Amino acid sequence: MELLKFEDVSVGYEGKPVAEHLNFTVSEGDYLCIVGENGAGKSTLMKTLLSLKTPLSGKISFQNGLAHNEIGYLPQQTDIQRDFPATVKEVVLSGCLNRSGLRPFYTKQQKETAEKWMETLEITALKKRSYRALSGGQQQRVLLARALCATEKLIVLDEPVAGLDPIVTADMYHLIKKINDDGITIIMVSHDLSAALNYATHILQIQNGSCFFGTVSDYRTSEIGKIFLEKAGEGDA
Amino acid sequence: MLEQLLSNMRLDLSVDFFAMLQQYLKMDFTINALIVGPLVALCAALLGVTLVLKRYSMIGDGLSHVTFGTMTVATTLSLAPMYVSLPVTTLVAIWLLRGGKQKLKGDSAIAILSVSFLSLGYVVMNIFPPKGGNVSGDVCSILFGSTSIITLSRSDVHLCVALAIVVILVYLLFYKKIFAVTFDEEFARATGTKVSVYNLLLAVITAVVIVLAVRLVGALLITALVVFPAQCAMRLFKSFRAVIIGAAVISVCCAVVGLLVAIVYSTPVGCTIVAADLVAFLVCVLIDLAKGGRKK
Repeated sequence: MELLKFEDVSVGYEGKPVAEHLNFTVSEGDYLCIVGENGAGKSTLMKTLLSLKTPLSGKISFQNGLAHNEIGYLPQQTDIQRDFPATVKEVVLSGCLNRSGLRPFYTKQQKETAEKWMETLEITALKKRSYRALSGGQQQRVLLARALCATEKLIVLDEPVAGLDPIVTADMYHLIKKINDDGITIIMVSHDLSAALNYATHILQIQNGSCFFGTVSDYRTSEIGKIFLEKAGEGDA
Repeated sequence: MLEQLLSNMRLDLSVDFFAMLQQYLKMDFTINALIVGPLVALCAALLGVTLVLKRYSMIGDGLSHVTFGTMTVATTLSLAPMYVSLPVTTLVAIWLLRGGKQKLKGDSAIAILSVSFLSLGYVVMNIFPPKGGNVSGDVCSILFGSTSIITLSRSDVHLCVALAIVVILVYLLFYKKIFAVTFDEEFARATGTKVSVYNLLLAVITAVVIVLAVRLVGALLITALVVFPAQCAMRLFKSFRAVIIGAAVISVCCAVVGLLVAIVYSTPVGCTIVAADLVAFLVCVLIDLAKGGRKK
């Protein structure tokens, strides 16, 4: 079942296109990795997908009941969050906000959703701890739980392992895979090509000139994929 | 030497604090001040938590100087100061808090506005000195807070009470949204929260609170009412809700203590309140250090 369809979409800043003529679809249960060099337009594409930017041209359609405000989002951490006084529970619950309208308090059901995701991501024990006192990996799990509270179908992850050590990184990828197996569709922007090839079902590579969209096995045999893999030192992977 | 210093001291410590207080509490102006002062402090503290966390600690300073500038211009033109400074300050607050990626933003934008309106106000005041007044005296009273806090009229009191109710209601009704918009604007926007509406709301309330607070502590010291309670509470509590409530309580306590001391010992009102805030802050720092730092 298709959730998201991009038809000849161009994205960019202030009218200047960064990535042009993008065509791809995301179906339920997919694990799509968006790869490309710095400045290729990965972040811009992601912001467009999240409706934070409007596309310069082309058509983006949300299908099968996916609303544009029902996409969970794991942004990169900001400076403000480093010393922010908030408990883990408060942060996770704030993910439910998009479905609560003007109601001043969270409903029982929303609290249960938050509990469920904290359980899945193994952070229930931390729920009364202060967010600013957690390790980088723990903080990332909290933000992932928040993203999951905002959606039932699709989450977008922006460099989810940036700044994490190898062991924590492996844990994080494992968790993301687990969520994907639970039926949540994943779109991940990443620099980590080997992880993308290991875990993803689909690859979207964007770069000036030519783009690639297809399954991981097609990517390994494609011209553009071979060149990029060589450059990234993954040629024999 | 010390004797001479003590004899020159204007502060009379020999008064019986509670006896004096009892006398003063019978007077209307004390009651009015004790209603308005803590309420303004409460509003400033609620906003302060959001502003400090959004890295806008100095916005109070900037906006209060805008208020100063517009007040002097309004007085010179014989307009009601409130009707000029409130809209101008609100516009400036909206412009400063609009967020996003602009060329001029954050601390530089605040600094530029702050000094511009301060000098504009002072120049206008010197060219058109107020009748029968002395320029430096007037400037001093606007910058450091005048005694007008103890000469409040009924309508001032009503205005402050109404404003405080509005601010508290906004924080009760939109608590979740304010949290989300403060913690992570980008996430809130991506998941469909109308971030710009809440930023606008915060900007308008900030402007109104600042314009009122200028009368309480003066333009120079407003930052204290915004920053101290938030910084105190952030050292004591780890959840956002506790920090908001804690900041409000600390701020109200400091305002009451400061006011009472100022009234009994005839010290400058604004500065005494700020001194009380400073003491509270130092106590919080000590408690935090005793607990072993921030990472708790």
